[in-house]
Amino acid sequence: MGQPHKKAKHMNHTDLETTYESLALKIDQIGEKNSELFLAKLVLLLAHANGNVEHVQQLIKEAGASFSDERG
Amino acid sequence: MRPAGRSETDSLYFNYPRFESPVQATRDATQQTPVAIVGAGPIGMTAALALAKEGVRSVIFDNKATFNDGSRAICVARPSFYILEQLGAVAPFLDKALGWTTGRTFYRGKQILEFHMPDSDTEKYRPMYNLQQQYIEQFLWQSINETELIEARWQSEVTRVEDNDSSASVTVRDASGEYTIDATWVLACDGAHSPVRKMRGHRLAGENFEGRYVIADVQMDHDYPTIRRALFDPACRPGGTMLIHKQPDNIWRIDYQLKDDESTDDALREDTVRESVTRLLDELHYTGTWELEWWSVYTANTLALDDYRDGRVFFVGDSAHIVPIFGVRGLNNGLADAANIGWKLGWVLNGNANEALLDSYTPERRGATLDVFANASKSARFMTPNTHGWKLMRDAALSLALTHPFAGELANPRQMTAFTYSESPAVLADDSSFSSGPAVGALMPEVKLDDGFLSDRLGHGFTVLCFSSGLAEELQASAPATVSVVSLPHQSPVADVFAAEQGTAYLLRPDMHIAARWLKATAHDVVDGFTAITAGYTAYKRQRD
Repeated sequence: MGQPHKKAKHMNHTDLETTYESLALKIDQIGEKNSELFLAKLVLLLAHANGNVEHVQQLIKEAGASFSDERG
Repeated sequence: MRPAGRSETDSLYFNYPRFESPVQATRDATQQTPVAIVGAGPIGMTAALALAKEGVRSVIFDNKATFNDGSRAICVARPSFYILEQLGAVAPFLDKALGWTTGRTFYRGKQILEFHMPDSDTEKYRPMYNLQQQYIEQFLWQSINETELIEARWQSEVTRVEDNDSSASVTVRDASGEYTIDATWVLACDGAHSPVRKMRGHRLAGENFEGRYVIADVQMDHDYPTIRRALFDPACRPGGTMLIHKQPDNIWRIDYQLKDDESTDDALREDTVRESVTRLLDELHYTGTWELEWWSVYTANTLALDDYRDGRVFFVGDSAHIVPIFGVRGLNNGLADAANIGWKLGWVLNGNANEALLDSYTPERRGATLDVFANASKSARFMTPNTHGWKLMRDAALSLALTHPFAGELANPRQMTAFTYSESPAVLADDSSFSSGPAVGALMPEVKLDDGFLSDRLGHGFTVLCFSSGLAEELQASAPATVSVVSLPHQSPVADVFAAEQGTAYLLRPDMHIAARWLKATAHDVVDGFTAITAGYTAYKRQRD
């Protein structure tokens, strides 16, 4: 608590593209029925690896922002 | 409920006594009592024993003719064992109950978590014990029979409780007719459906979780240690959750959630229960014989009264609050309620404390209930997620836990610990010179001493732990008779636990909660603190703040 975020190191374009592609392929491989569960698991893993609860809370907010906009 | 052909009290292992309605002449001989207790369950009996410990008489009323029909609340936690010890009732519990520390959680048949509750040989009691509710009641009843201070009236239904100026008039109906008894105070220990609560026009308020569970007891020679097993999404009940607990007398508690589309009536049919048990035992690879003992259904709720007191009436146990059973806080919380109101009422009735002390009952015990709600709601959402979001994240955690132990920790039920009464009017403000050690309001931590345990040395009333022999001598000369003085070395393992220096003092209440502490105490501080608490001087506390 109260500690400033470490400046997150961002992925370069190539690595991000690789990640984007493997996610798409994995979601298709798993199928629509289980993709939501797969993504929730992945988020828990990434959050655990990230280790910074404030950063993760901020990202949850950012990812959700467009949905709250749409609902007005 | 019991299998066809067996009556409600026709148990495979327990002989139910039958208690007759009181003889009219005997019950008419007592027309006044300091305390009337409604309900002779574990909470009512504990309250009566807590009052008897202070030398206070009580009369207990119960409309039944015997103990509870089934095993129901089976987990008794460590803090409750201290309560039983203080009431002189702990011996048969230790003899019969099964102590345990470990839980195992399985997801689709694979173990994802093994948790251990804090325990070591510096502890007098295990973190948890399993024991059927009828035994709990029977053992408390044995203690009640040893004192003349408690009169129990079975088959006696309380139909009205009305306050007068300085007492309450309690109307009771039994086989000989209706009568009234005058009680200075009334303890409503009459359970979740509390008739007294209804008579007084109160309702429980709060969230209502819709999860429904069947609990079934089976007798069998099943070879497995006393370990709580939780099965998520087992093959025998896809999507559901099951709990398995071992009880004495080869009785196994099986607990499973009903799905939304399962009707309660169907689920409670004997053949349905038998089928569920058979399927579970197949999955556990148990091939021996078994007998069905008893079953029932419950819902997981979080409901409480806003105020546990209404005039002359105090609500104690389930009459004041209903909690989800995950984390086993229903019975244990109720026992703590009973012990709390018991010593306070005892001290007030004996003239050792001002009536203002009673004002601390609701904040302390309702505070404990709200704390239970926070923890138990967390467990309930994991055991019975009731929205898409909670269910998805629960399933993600379980699925991930198969390969990643960190996710399995999310399934740890975090069993109960005693509540800290830091905001109570019956404790002083904490001494900010301490940087560690148990805080004011906390239950005293147990410490192993050369010749036993620290708790063995506590007195009958308040106790002051003195980490200075000079202070101890001074207090022995100046403290009231209701305060016992225990002198402890200021350089020792016990001093470490209490973060004590030379001259430190801890004042403990009769319920073992810390009433006050001073890093550097004078005898005057301690006597003054004791007086402030028993006199109910909350103004004194504010001054210190």
